[in-house]
Amino acid sequence: MHIDIHTGLDSPKGNWWKPAHRSEKTWVVIAFAWCMVLFAMMPLWHWKGGQNPSGIRRRVEPAAFYKRTLEFTNQYKVGDDRGMPIVAPPPGADIYLTAMAFQWTPILKLQKGKEYILHLSSLDVNHGFSLYPININFQVVPGYDYGLRVTPNAAGDFRIICNEFCGIGHHTMVGRVIVEDSSTAPVAAAAGDLQ
Amino acid sequence: MSAPIVPASAIGPATGVPAGTRFTVCPFTGRRLDEVALSLTRWNAVTSIVALLVGAIAAVLIVLTRWQAVHLLPAVWFYRILGVHGMSMLIFFIIFFEMAVLHFTSTALLNARNVAPKTSWFAYGLMLLGALMVEYLMWAGKADVLFTSYVPLRAHPLFYLGVILFAVGALIVTGVFFANLAIAKRERTYEGSMPLVVYGAMTAAIIAAITLVHGAMIYIPTFLWSLGLMEVDPQVYRLLWWALGHSSQQINVAAMVAIWYMLGALTVGAVVLNEKISRSAFVLYILFISLASAHHLLVDPGMGSAWKIVNTSYFMYMAVLASLLHGFTVPAGMELGMRLRGYTNGMFDWLRRAPWGDPGFSSLVLSIVVFGFIGGITGVTIGTEQINIIVHNTLRSPGHFHATVVSGTAMAFMGLTYYLIPLVFRKKVALWSLAKLQPYIFAGGMVIFTISMTFAGTFGVPRRHWDISFSQAPFDVAFSPAVDMFLALVALGGVTAATGAFIFIAIAVKSVFFGEALGEVVPLSNMRGVPQGLTHPPKHSADVDERWERMHGPEAGWMGPAPGTLVLVFVFLAAFMLYFFVNWKVLSFVWRIG
Ligand SMILES: [Cu+2]
Repeated sequence: MHIDIHTGLDSPKGNWWKPAHRSEKTWVVIAFAWCMVLFAMMPLWHWKGGQNPSGIRRRVEPAAFYKRTLEFTNQYKVGDDRGMPIVAPPPGADIYLTAMAFQWTPILKLQKGKEYILHLSSLDVNHGFSLYPININFQVVPGYDYGLRVTPNAAGDFRIICNEFCGIGHHTMVGRVIVEDSSTAPVAAAAGDLQ
Repeated sequence: MSAPIVPASAIGPATGVPAGTRFTVCPFTGRRLDEVALSLTRWNAVTSIVALLVGAIAAVLIVLTRWQAVHLLPAVWFYRILGVHGMSMLIFFIIFFEMAVLHFTSTALLNARNVAPKTSWFAYGLMLLGALMVEYLMWAGKADVLFTSYVPLRAHPLFYLGVILFAVGALIVTGVFFANLAIAKRERTYEGSMPLVVYGAMTAAIIAAITLVHGAMIYIPTFLWSLGLMEVDPQVYRLLWWALGHSSQQINVAAMVAIWYMLGALTVGAVVLNEKISRSAFVLYILFISLASAHHLLVDPGMGSAWKIVNTSYFMYMAVLASLLHGFTVPAGMELGMRLRGYTNGMFDWLRRAPWGDPGFSSLVLSIVVFGFIGGITGVTIGTEQINIIVHNTLRSPGHFHATVVSGTAMAFMGLTYYLIPLVFRKKVALWSLAKLQPYIFAGGMVIFTISMTFAGTFGVPRRHWDISFSQAPFDVAFSPAVDMFLALVALGGVTAATGAFIFIAIAVKSVFFGEALGEVVPLSNMRGVPQGLTHPPKHSADVDERWERMHGPEAGWMGPAPGTLVLVFVFLAAFMLYFFVNWKVLSFVWRIG
């Protein structure tokens, strides 16, 4: 019996819809199974894992978002650093962070282990939220409010680096987030709310 | 010396060839070659290599700037050159080369002709005009919007128009490609189904057509927006832009795999293990890969989780499956090809005794290995909805795609060029000793470069960033000293790879413009400047049918005709699993986010 052996440069002769060898089938099955594992991990992490980028998403006018950020800043302001307001919202609060070329405002002061709803948006072009040194990254798109439930798991003095090109001053766009350990630091007592 | 021009009527059994179409006969294969198609192939390939030169010079400037100890360029020029690098490499170098591949495969491999020479040349002119417009505006500082040009960052309107002209030209070439296929079929220039390599090129062309339609959907509104005539939503722009931007990388994958099959056949006589599996895998690319672009938007505010999971899982993983299948069938076809030629000892003798001094072969193997092990594994992992949180816009992202596009696609193109120089340009490969080394220099550089970039990215080092010492920022940021080391390695690897690219360009230019004519090729002799696959055409042994039967039969055992490859793919799978789950572990250490 003559078997057609050919390379990819030649036309296959006759009916080429032939069954594959067992070893090839084995690889096809294993490859498919692995792809299903890859797939399953994403829904599984929504159910069992703690890091999911879903958030609350809605459209927002940049001006309206900035107004909301300023109100939030005035409500919970506790000080400033180099002219930039430091804002200490109570746990559970909606917190607002505005990106614009080339700054993040305001400086956020959060408590370790407490959940907040962090709203991100931009006033002008795309920016990138990158929390240093934890390495948490989100896209910040003008016209969209991205509300993420976040729970800091360690105290520290963090930075927000812009990691989406936003213009020639892009590399100077650094913001600040302070996380305090409420069990050791004096309790801020959710000050704003109680008054 | 180019073969004499023979009237069409004197060649072979082909029918229906109109008078005046000019053909030559390939001195290696006896195939009929259309001079017009060869000319188009040559011009597109040469233009592509000029773009590669521009992109490679830009690459050196960029890595020497990111290496903080050198920090070569000022900020303005860094971002400008970064835009030039992206457009020159990803668009002009790669797409011009793919146009050459389309012109070549739809004619030479089918004994067919280019059915629309005038249209093809017009399309080439349009692409060239578009490319020159874009290059001029970028260098002139009128388009500092980088490769992605995210709205509402604004470039000069002619920048967008240049991109549109280029895309329209490319779309016309894909149209000509399909016309060539249809006419070849009608004129019966080949028997039965089209060869697998042409099938792969057709896959690339179909994806190209889909991609270019998305390109039109986003660049035409953006052009009008740049003229102040309409609004473009930034999130809709990102969605449609990536339907263009990522799918265009899938054209590259399909073209690269087609070239893998082609180089395997030319260098070691690789056979097609099973047409059904290989062709089905190409169909999976067509069906699913364009839908998988969502993985660029995984941490965007505009879409919900269900949308992200559907687009990046079912759809992307079926495309991943296709790559896993080719990742087996290509090396297995090479292994079996070697075995059918008599290299049957043990598990890996076929690999040891392969023609490692043939730059076409070494490029092929290095392309498969770097694409698979670095590009594939990192790519699938960072394209996961949640893992993307620790990856998005860090250096891990370019670390990944330099392993796929640059190490995979570009290396496949380079390897093919070593065969196109004698086959299409009818010249000897110049600087032959360097040519044998070039794939190793390039791949070695890219391995250091991509791995170092990936590690730097895990520290959160941003991509597209001029100064990670943040000297003018309001708040200090101090990366770990390890980052300095990784960025120095990025520069070292980048400069090494760029050196490999410059050597390649020098070889191509010297061969094509100042090279020695090919002359007569003496089989089984060692000729400087002629790849081994041409002087020692891989011929299967005389009892090939019995061997094939034996290797597929029960005595070959469950590991079948390509046991060595089976071992290699399981090593690959183990590396893949390890990397994937380590990333989940790292992710679980960050803040709770929901
Ligand atoms: Cu920025």
